[in-house]
Amino acid sequence: MSAALTWRGWLLDPAPVSRRQARLGRWFRAWLAFQRNGLAMTGLCVVSALVLTALAAPLIADPRAAILQVLTERLQPPSASHWFGVDELGRDIFARIVFGARTTLIIVALVSAIVAPVGLAIGLTAGYFGHWIDAVLMRITDIFLSFPRLVLALAFAAALGPGIENAVIAIALTTWPPYARLARAEALTRRRAEFIEAAELQGASHLRIILSQIMPLCLPSVIIRLTLDMAGIILTAAGLGFLGLAAQPPAPEWGAMVSSGRQVLLGQWWVSTIPGIAIFVTSVGFNLLGDGLRDVADSRSS
Amino acid sequence: MIVLEHVTVSYGTGTGRIFAASDVSFRVEEGAAFGLVGESGSGKSTVLRAIAGLIPHAQGRVILGGREMSTRRSTAERKMAQMVFQDPYGSLHPNQTVDQTLSMPVAIHRLGDSDRRISSVLREVGLGREHRYRYPHQLSGGQRQRVAIARALVLEPRILLLDEPTSALDVSVQAEILNLLARLRQLHGLTLLMVSHDLAVIAHLCERIGVMSNGSLIELTSADALASGRVTHPYTRQLLRSNRGFDRSGAEIVDAAS
Amino acid sequence: MSTALLLSVRNLRVTYPGDEGDLVAVRNVSFELGRERLGIVGESGSGKSTTGRAIMGLVAAPGRVEADEMRLGGTDLSSLDESGFRRLRGKRVAMILQDPKYSLDPVMSVGQQIAETHRCHFRSTANAARAAALEMLAAVHIRDPERVYALYPHQVSGGMGQRVMIAMMLIAGPDLLIADEPTSALDVTVQHQVLAIMDDLVRSRGMGLILISHNLHLVSSFCDRVLVMYAGRVVETCAAGELAKATHPYTRGLLASLPELGRRRAELPQLRRDPAWAEG
Repeated sequence: MSAALTWRGWLLDPAPVSRRQARLGRWFRAWLAFQRNGLAMTGLCVVSALVLTALAAPLIADPRAAILQVLTERLQPPSASHWFGVDELGRDIFARIVFGARTTLIIVALVSAIVAPVGLAIGLTAGYFGHWIDAVLMRITDIFLSFPRLVLALAFAAALGPGIENAVIAIALTTWPPYARLARAEALTRRRAEFIEAAELQGASHLRIILSQIMPLCLPSVIIRLTLDMAGIILTAAGLGFLGLAAQPPAPEWGAMVSSGRQVLLGQWWVSTIPGIAIFVTSVGFNLLGDGLRDVADSRSS
Repeated sequence: MIVLEHVTVSYGTGTGRIFAASDVSFRVEEGAAFGLVGESGSGKSTVLRAIAGLIPHAQGRVILGGREMSTRRSTAERKMAQMVFQDPYGSLHPNQTVDQTLSMPVAIHRLGDSDRRISSVLREVGLGREHRYRYPHQLSGGQRQRVAIARALVLEPRILLLDEPTSALDVSVQAEILNLLARLRQLHGLTLLMVSHDLAVIAHLCERIGVMSNGSLIELTSADALASGRVTHPYTRQLLRSNRGFDRSGAEIVDAAS
Repeated sequence: MSTALLLSVRNLRVTYPGDEGDLVAVRNVSFELGRERLGIVGESGSGKSTTGRAIMGLVAAPGRVEADEMRLGGTDLSSLDESGFRRLRGKRVAMILQDPKYSLDPVMSVGQQIAETHRCHFRSTANAARAAALEMLAAVHIRDPERVYALYPHQVSGGMGQRVMIAMMLIAGPDLLIADEPTSALDVTVQHQVLAIMDDLVRSRGMGLILISHNLHLVSSFCDRVLVMYAGRVVETCAAGELAKATHPYTRGLLASLPELGRRRAELPQLRRDPAWAEG
């Protein structure tokens, strides 16, 4: 108890004595604000549960059950031995949901890893330098923005063959432009700030100013936007899966699972509904988390 | 130390061309303090920024410490003159601690011995160890302005450019900052160039004073001349009168609309 | 200067609830105002602006306003609700803020805004309101009221904008004008014009004026009486002309720390704050 109290005191110390303490204290304060928001905490729990499920999938469910077809047991309703029931090919839906979390997480991680750096790099460069660099980069952004996401994905699947990697590339290609615009707007408003001029005066290079001065100010809004967009990305991935363009059978993917159950929806509702619920809960979780993060960021800036 | 020859800054072209500063020339000796006074839009800040090298398209010659400055200043040239801005809230990066703010210039100029430099410059501006790892929002206005001064000093410049350094502060804090600036000037033999709209503040810190209006330097005078009212230009006289508090005779009601 | 009592405030207290206990912005402030010019000076955070806002009923929620007495003429302000204050504002008491740019509607011409205020308070016809607005613009020494009437806020200079604000605030004929740093955003030469106009109107209409400012020189040369605030309290009240003879160490410290033309000092005396000032 007293140890916990001193930790708290150390973190909230208004006069930190090291860089590390200052930074940790800042994070801790943000966490305290975040913690007070019940919905945001729900979102965080859902997202953490997804990550934990994906990491510990083999411990939670039998990996073979996810792809093993036991045709004699097909379309069994939820029961003690098969918590979420059995699908039309006799596979355990619980195991498939658990391993499907991995697929979903891979898509989420890959899209984030592509979208945030590309959007930031293009947006910050455009906003910071302005003039013709801005014009050229923003027109390129507009071109990418005009691609319809699903049609592009279809085209990719047609050209490169269906698969998760191609689905991710298709989603990422149509997702980064709003991030570029966001980063550009932020860079434009900060460009004339006095602390940027002070850095310039000290001889900081353009690269240093962009990376050390402007980017840290854009990151929160980009992360929040990414979290809020995650629901849409997961749904798009599920949609591609539904069309058979993402993960290929027999790999478990929630969208494909909804799709495969649609012929038996009236008689055996669980085959489609349970992966549908998984998609729904995950999307809502990301959305609540994003909302909570935004609230924390807003209260800090005001 | 500072020589300005025919410095002109304009925006736009043709008939829409606006002169923010036109043909401004003056010189400031080493170790002297020179003040530029004028109202908003008079061009005083423009001149200061041109000296700092923040306006690349400024015309004319800027000679600092005997060296003519190039349009695109090199890192070494930057070290000659540093600036303190008006708004202590806007001139510090909101996400960086005092320590981060001060270590960046040290890193850029590869001065080394960052830790010792930072703690000694903080001591000079009257801040303690407890302020070193704070974020700007954890500091008062006066403390932030001290940090801004420390950031300028950490590069050991020979010229300090001050853009209304106390106008955003309360009068009691203003006194502290003015005293600090006077002490630092003595200590390092700094050459000061200060811009302000407040005649009393300018005359307190600077011996020589230039009055600006509409982008031109209209009168070069001294603090002593100002104090005794020995000024020639009618505009300077009007400024002087306004400085003495509200006075009906000084408030000729003129329509500024025309 | 008439002695008729216009405003009386007794033990005004404004608190903002916070995470670490309540923040008391104004405490035990008492003063009376006749048809005179009262200055309130203090540094940032002294509670001078909050006092003005409390009289206008403009202290935003979570903030709490309490007073033993707060009367404007015959109206008890301390028991007034939001709609009561709304009827009062403009007609009985008006406020001018620092920057006209933020107080004027950017998509409506300045003349229309003044006329709108007139219509709002007197239910007048469009023509009558327009005529009254033009007359008011002339009263604030705008030479070509017809032309200025049609201008939008971004087209007028700071000094002109502040004159427009004065016209708008005075058109409904309030008894009391509260001016919160009305000239701080203006150049010194323009400041005095605006103050002179405000002074003329307040005198000729027999109004009361509260000028809130951080500028000691300005307040002492413009007002009749001065309240000096520190940490939410009034530490000293004196006749404006006698501010130089102020007795409270805070007031004396502030005055001493101001640089002065014609009196060069190597070092300015720095204000040493005594915690007792905030208590006593």
